[in-house]
Amino acid sequence: MTTAIDAARFAELQATAGADFVVELIDTFLHEAPGLLAELRAARAAGDADGYRRAAHSLKSNANTFGATALGAQAREIELAGLGEPAADAARITALEAEYARAALALGELRDA
Amino acid sequence: MPERGARLLVVDDNKVNRLLLARSLELQGHTAALAENGRVALERLRREPFDLLLLDIEMPEMDGIQVLEELKSDRQLRDLPVIVTSAIEGLDNVVRCIELGAEDYLHKPVNPVLLKARIGASLEKKRLRDQQKELVRRFATREVAEDMDASGFALGGHRVQATAMFSDIRGFTSMAEQQPPEATIELLNTYYTLMFDAISGRGGVVNQMVGDGLMAIFGAPLPLADPGAAAVQAALDMIELIDLYNREPDRAGKPPLAIGIGIASGSVIAGYTGTQQRATYTCVGDAVNLAARLEAHTKVVGHAILTDAATRLAVGERCRAEALGAATFKGKAGPVECYAIVPGQKL
Repeated sequence: MTTAIDAARFAELQATAGADFVVELIDTFLHEAPGLLAELRAARAAGDADGYRRAAHSLKSNANTFGATALGAQAREIELAGLGEPAADAARITALEAEYARAALALGELRDA
Repeated sequence: MPERGARLLVVDDNKVNRLLLARSLELQGHTAALAENGRVALERLRREPFDLLLLDIEMPEMDGIQVLEELKSDRQLRDLPVIVTSAIEGLDNVVRCIELGAEDYLHKPVNPVLLKARIGASLEKKRLRDQQKELVRRFATREVAEDMDASGFALGGHRVQATAMFSDIRGFTSMAEQQPPEATIELLNTYYTLMFDAISGRGGVVNQMVGDGLMAIFGAPLPLADPGAAAVQAALDMIELIDLYNREPDRAGKPPLAIGIGIASGSVIAGYTGTQQRATYTCVGDAVNLAARLEAHTKVVGHAILTDAATRLAVGERCRAEALGAATFKGKAGPVECYAIVPGQKL
């Protein structure tokens, strides 16, 4: 299993934004991301294509900021695919949530390191 | 350093992105204000001044494309530089942003070094644009500056009824040869200052200065109720100002400054000519050529102000003028009636 966070990318973020600030940024992400995942599910349920794409887009963008490469790639796939067959979409979201849990755990460790 | 201490507005619906961009900007010495969507951003932009906008595309309520469209149609905000920062997919979206006037596009996650360079370049461009505007303000009247601004420096013209004026200094070449260059420049600066005051005071616009000569237009770009009378009155003011200048104590013992003025009225094409980088407001048409010929003719007939028949007719009984009869000018098929305006009167 690959690491959830790309160490080089994360180190670069710390170097350019400052380690203290990155702690704050991780807290913000961990606070915001569950809402975005919920928005994704809700948009799927409501058939809201714009909301669906936007939530995936935001998750992708944030994931890449922290070097959460796999999470970013999965979110990007959802963004590009848009609303599709409900069962397939639901499976994608479930996989995304699992990857988010992995990334959140790793980010939490990095924050407390 | 122009890129230090600028005020930027960061627009992004995502809090992590907002915080990170604001952090990057603050580390670069700028001040960042935050907005979470396009609508909020526009409200802030219309309320307080910013030097630059960092704009996300995917946003609820009002997205970045809509913001760009709004900015483009807003006279006050049209020149605000915008850098689009987005993780949006597809080259067509980038192209669309640039077409809508975005200065630049940075893909998220934004590289801080790249961000710094782009911001520096954008602010420098804005500084140059502001400088250009300032130059326009200095060399044109407020009306022209505003007209240029409103038309977005649109090249191309329209036909208007206007009055053209040419003026130059009598015996300027020999005067320049008899005194040091510094004195000549000083003399020219004084002369131009006086002429600008007289011309803009009557609603005219100086649009060309070459050596000791200048061209002014009355009735364009903004219409004047009575362009012919305005031009004649400006000419009388110019002669009066030159007289006053000649009587100044530090002019004692020096040869008096004398000017000749030619004025003609008619239908002209007015507009901006040149390129987007360097444009000048000008008029072309018979009246313009005729005004130049009349100005040259002042030397021949020994009068300071000459007008054509159309201008004479426009001022009518308000003004004393001497009919000099017809003269033949180069480039004119038939003879032209000339009128000398008697100096020292008010319309």
